[in-house]
Amino acid sequence: MTRRNLRLADRGRLDRSQPIRFIFNGRTYYGYKGDTLASALIANGVALVGRSFKYHRPRGIMTAGSEEPNGLVQLGQGARTEPNIRATQIELYDGLVAASQNCWPSVGFDLGATNNLLSRFFPAGFYYKTFMWPASFWMKYEYFIRRAAGLGKAPGEPDPDRYDKTYAHCDVLVAGGGPAGIAAALAAARAGARVVLADEQAEFGGQLLHSRSEEIAGRPAVDWVAAAVAELSTMPEVTLLRRTTAFAYQDHNFVELVERVTDHLGPGADGPRQRYWRLRARQVVLAAGAIERPLVFADNDRPGIMLASAGRAYANRYGVAVGDKVLVFTGNDSAYRAALDLAEAGTAIAAIVDLRPDAGGPLVAEARGKGIEVLAAHAVTATRGSARLEGVTVMPLNAAGDGVTGGGRQIACDALLMSGGWNPAIHLFSHNRGKLRFDERVQSFVPGEPVRGCHTAGAMNGAFETADCLAQGFAAGRKAASEAGASGEAGSVPTVTRAEPAESPDRVLWIVPSDKPLGEGGKHFVDHQNDVTAADVALAHREGYRSVEHLKRYTTMGMGTDQGKTSNVNALAIMAALRDRQIPEVGHTTFRPPFAPVTIGAFSGHDKGDLFDPIRKTPMHGWHEKTGAPFEDVGQWKRAWYYPKPGEDMHAAVAREVKAVRAGVGIVDASTLGKIDIKGSDAARLLNMVYTNAWSKLEIGRCRYGLMCGEDGMVFDDGVTTRLGEQHFLMSTTTGNAARVLGWLEEWLQCEWPDWQVHCTSVTEQFATVGLNGPMARKLLAELTDDIPLDDAAFPFMSIREGHVAGIAARVMRISFTGELTFEINVAASYGLALWEALMAAGEKYGITPYGTEAMHVLRAEKGFIIVGQETDGTQTPQDLDMAWIVSKQKPDHLGKRSFLRTDTARPDRKHLVGLLTENPSEVIPEGGQVVAELKNQPPMTMLGHVTSSYYSPNVGRSIAMAVVKNGRNRMGDTVYVPLVDRVIRAKVTEPRFFDLEGARLNG
Amino acid sequence: MLLISCPHCGPRAEIEFAYGHEAHIARPTDQEKLTDAEWADYLFMRKNPKGVHYERWVHARGCRRWFNVARHTVTHEILAVYRMGDPPPALDR
Amino acid sequence: MVESYRRRSPLASFGLPARAAAQSPEAVADADLQLGERPHRCQINLRGNPQDGRFLEAVRNAAGLALPTEPNRVAAAGELKALWLGPDEWLILGPGGRETELVGTLARGLQGQHAGATDVSEARTWILVAGGRARALLARGIPLDLHPREFRPGHCAQTGLAGANIILQQTDDRPSYEIGVTNSFADHLWHWLERGAIDYRVAISV
Repeated sequence: MTRRNLRLADRGRLDRSQPIRFIFNGRTYYGYKGDTLASALIANGVALVGRSFKYHRPRGIMTAGSEEPNGLVQLGQGARTEPNIRATQIELYDGLVAASQNCWPSVGFDLGATNNLLSRFFPAGFYYKTFMWPASFWMKYEYFIRRAAGLGKAPGEPDPDRYDKTYAHCDVLVAGGGPAGIAAALAAARAGARVVLADEQAEFGGQLLHSRSEEIAGRPAVDWVAAAVAELSTMPEVTLLRRTTAFAYQDHNFVELVERVTDHLGPGADGPRQRYWRLRARQVVLAAGAIERPLVFADNDRPGIMLASAGRAYANRYGVAVGDKVLVFTGNDSAYRAALDLAEAGTAIAAIVDLRPDAGGPLVAEARGKGIEVLAAHAVTATRGSARLEGVTVMPLNAAGDGVTGGGRQIACDALLMSGGWNPAIHLFSHNRGKLRFDERVQSFVPGEPVRGCHTAGAMNGAFETADCLAQGFAAGRKAASEAGASGEAGSVPTVTRAEPAESPDRVLWIVPSDKPLGEGGKHFVDHQNDVTAADVALAHREGYRSVEHLKRYTTMGMGTDQGKTSNVNALAIMAALRDRQIPEVGHTTFRPPFAPVTIGAFSGHDKGDLFDPIRKTPMHGWHEKTGAPFEDVGQWKRAWYYPKPGEDMHAAVAREVKAVRAGVGIVDASTLGKIDIKGSDAARLLNMVYTNAWSKLEIGRCRYGLMCGEDGMVFDDGVTTRLGEQHFLMSTTTGNAARVLGWLEEWLQCEWPDWQVHCTSVTEQFATVGLNGPMARKLLAELTDDIPLDDAAFPFMSIREGHVAGIAARVMRISFTGELTFEINVAASYGLALWEALMAAGEKYGITPYGTEAMHVLRAEKGFIIVGQETDGTQTPQDLDMAWIVSKQKPDHLGKRSFLRTDTARPDRKHLVGLLTENPSEVIPEGGQVVAELKNQPPMTMLGHVTSSYYSPNVGRSIAMAVVKNGRNRMGDTVYVPLVDRVIRAKVTEPRFFDLEGARLNG
Repeated sequence: MLLISCPHCGPRAEIEFAYGHEAHIARPTDQEKLTDAEWADYLFMRKNPKGVHYERWVHARGCRRWFNVARHTVTHEILAVYRMGDPPPALDR
Repeated sequence: MVESYRRRSPLASFGLPARAAAQSPEAVADADLQLGERPHRCQINLRGNPQDGRFLEAVRNAAGLALPTEPNRVAAAGELKALWLGPDEWLILGPGGRETELVGTLARGLQGQHAGATDVSEARTWILVAGGRARALLARGIPLDLHPREFRPGHCAQTGLAGANIILQQTDDRPSYEIGVTNSFADHLWHWLERGAIDYRVAISV
């Protein structure tokens, strides 16, 4: 590769005072501030930037924007490396490192390029067809395909960059900052609307940035842009977002955008790398512009072949000639502007090959006048060159445009600018279910019926003249502002005071013919990124994949990172021709978000790592943490799991904790349990409906356990509820269900029983809750209270007393989840730690032992108490859980009652909760183990159920387990098996209770 | 993300709401007289129209009040928002 | 006996008073964002029917407050405020220490009505977010439009922030916002706010 310099001396919007150094494929180059990686590479004569996806053909830059299908690079190194970044959108910064991707071992020598020679084995639908071969064949191919395919490499390390995300609101969002968008923003902002103007480029202006002769409001177009942007930037209610892509237009005018905040400054710049905007706009103006359409001709993919508008942008905006000798191939006038601008800058124009037999009009005349050869009714039929275009063959077209007539003429050139017309960028409009209409004049789809709250303007409507863009944009901006309620004076439409020459009609040939049949002697690429050719579309048609959605999936046309921005319309048109239909009859594929790829980091913002999801902490959390307790996640709560002493593992710590509770006194942080204050004359009535048991007769000051079922009769929560007054209850819920239960009560009260007089208020966080469990609990508590009598007669089991503990106002309940004498002490949350520390200090002499959730689970399992969510999974009735005793037969109604009578819930052989005692008492069955009655040598075996809880119980002196087993209550004493990968555990079915069966320990 | 008008708080982002289910499903009285199939119909069977769907939502992160919504399931257009207990509005769609 | 214990606010572990004391006056003056905790307030959840004159009257007598009936508005009288939470629900907010007396007065005044007052003072702390960057910081997580055309002093709202349910009120035009958040989420929310403010000049306000 020889070093070249294609820089134009006096063109471009570059800061040439300081060269910028960058590295591409290991080689150092220089560019300027204002360059993109693409423009800098072209300036340095680097035409070959990558290899194509399937055939590994050499490819170069094809466009100057986000529609780029070829120029995808691996940007950055190490943890910051990022694949599939469009070189056309990378602003050059000092030290930039990028490399070609999809080539192995190097872009110049690519083993995968043999795919190109073997291409007849890679037809449309290759992957599908290969899958249909014997599977063993696929295994062999897969290794090579995986190695050679794929687009770039994902980083292997965590992303060190910072991302930001924000909600935003405005009256009018203008997406697209070309002439239409700027005019819309001006009109809306002047009318007083809150405006956001977003454009994906570094500068506002769109096509005006490479316009040379146009004047708006009496000054050069770029100066008008600068003045308009200056005006907008002084308006406090206007937000200007450069380098910001609106990538999704969702329901109700919710638009997602990504702003590349510091990408252009390089790694490690101050501030977030990107910002993800979630914007709600009252009104949206889409001014997304248009994307030039490539011509589909033989070998139209060689490096150096690019869109005509890109050639013009590189010359006028970036100060780069795309070649030394440039051939222009077009069916319309717009490409002439590129030829004329390049010629004016001193670049040789090899010829303008024009599909139109009647090529005329002022632009054609101007080209001819400048001595440029114009070959009317001609076509490029072949191209030459490998790492860079070297020349083309040009032949005259026949009258119909479906064949060529004469001998070929060879023309040497090192760049080819093509234009097949323009496709309005209707993607965002389509995201929001906007219906499209095929426009005969522009031979492409444009917005059809308007969508509420959405306005379109400019080139995306098919209005390509600057004056029309300004007029449409201004009108759309004013209308949007007015519909958003801002109706101030918007002034008048900016006028074009010096226009570019008017264009004469286009000629569209969806496939440019050559002297060979389609598919032979050259590839007519339609989708450059996915290597889909016109012949592939024809093959798909022959094989019956004729709907556009089938065509897309069968050929992969329109997939990949560019989502077919340059290829869709050509492919649809070719398919329409094959089916002998009109394009609108064939229709188009669905455009879905995102418009352009968005890095995952932007979606997370700083909601990652420890901020990914809330971590809820109890008032005593710091104490548990200091003591070295690991935490268990229970919903969003962190609960102390166990408190290891030095040298203890989890097993040893839990064994010590459960023994200490039954031998002395244990202390547990139960603050996470849900608590709901229920007041009103219908409070008891509500409880009677939501619990399966009866509540009316519960005395004031007494507590009762309840099970809550859904209308389907399945248990979904349990807990103890206390009557504090005639019309006042305090309900407790499981930790994980606190919000759900409150929601459940509210839903029934608001939707079904709106006349009931009852109010529910969450008081979960009002209290810190400490459980004192064990035979010494009473003795310890007595030392810390002088106004709560603790003996059984004065303070019986399942009752509540109010008084003071350690001087802190407290509600104390005698309820038990361990089967031991238990006092549950509730104090104001801010005193929770003080209470805990007082109990620990006073309890020292009793050997007070803090215990975590694991010991709590073992202790309750010893007693056979269920945990909702562990023994239950939404398919257990109270009867299944051996808790028929808690279902009132007297109550006329409660939620779920009717479901207990359903044939399925009433049948006697449902899965029942049972105990399992392993044959080997020291063996603990893994939770989740499947229970079978008949053992076979290998699966499948008839599964009866599964183990729900299983622990080693030091208090029982053996392992214990609970399980839900089909017909379990009728299997008492039977032996069942739990087959595991490496062994089978034998166990006997028992009652699901293992310790203190008579309940003698409750009173200490 | 939809923009839903809470009848009390006005337009708020969908993220503040929770979806309930089809609206206007009254809890049957005389449940014991229902066949299993009729009870199952109340429990499980819900409409899934292509078009206007009457459904109930709760402003879960806001005022915690339930209300009804008439939403077009294709366009997500919200054609009406009305309070619990109000009858569904007549909509000719 | 209780005096000997330290009452702890949900954000006590962040040592905010010490951090505030360590700030230079220049840093405070230069800050574009103030963050701080406003714990231990009197907070009473009040339920009742605003169409019932007896209810409004009883509240006026007990608390000296005319409850706001317009959604998401705050009414103030003396040192007490009432925040609209729902069509039959308010939060009475006042200086810490008044809750026991006030909840008693309200309960007595509301006797015989379908209305209730519940002390939730301990359930929630308040976080101050104020200054030039306050709005931008909150916009990172709050889906509400906080533009002054839409949300002003005297407005309140319940919404979500960083996964927590919050009550938001604007107290002045600096702008200053106060976020009510239940204790268990406060630690997470504070982390989230400080992380989100990484590009700002933050002063701790006590």
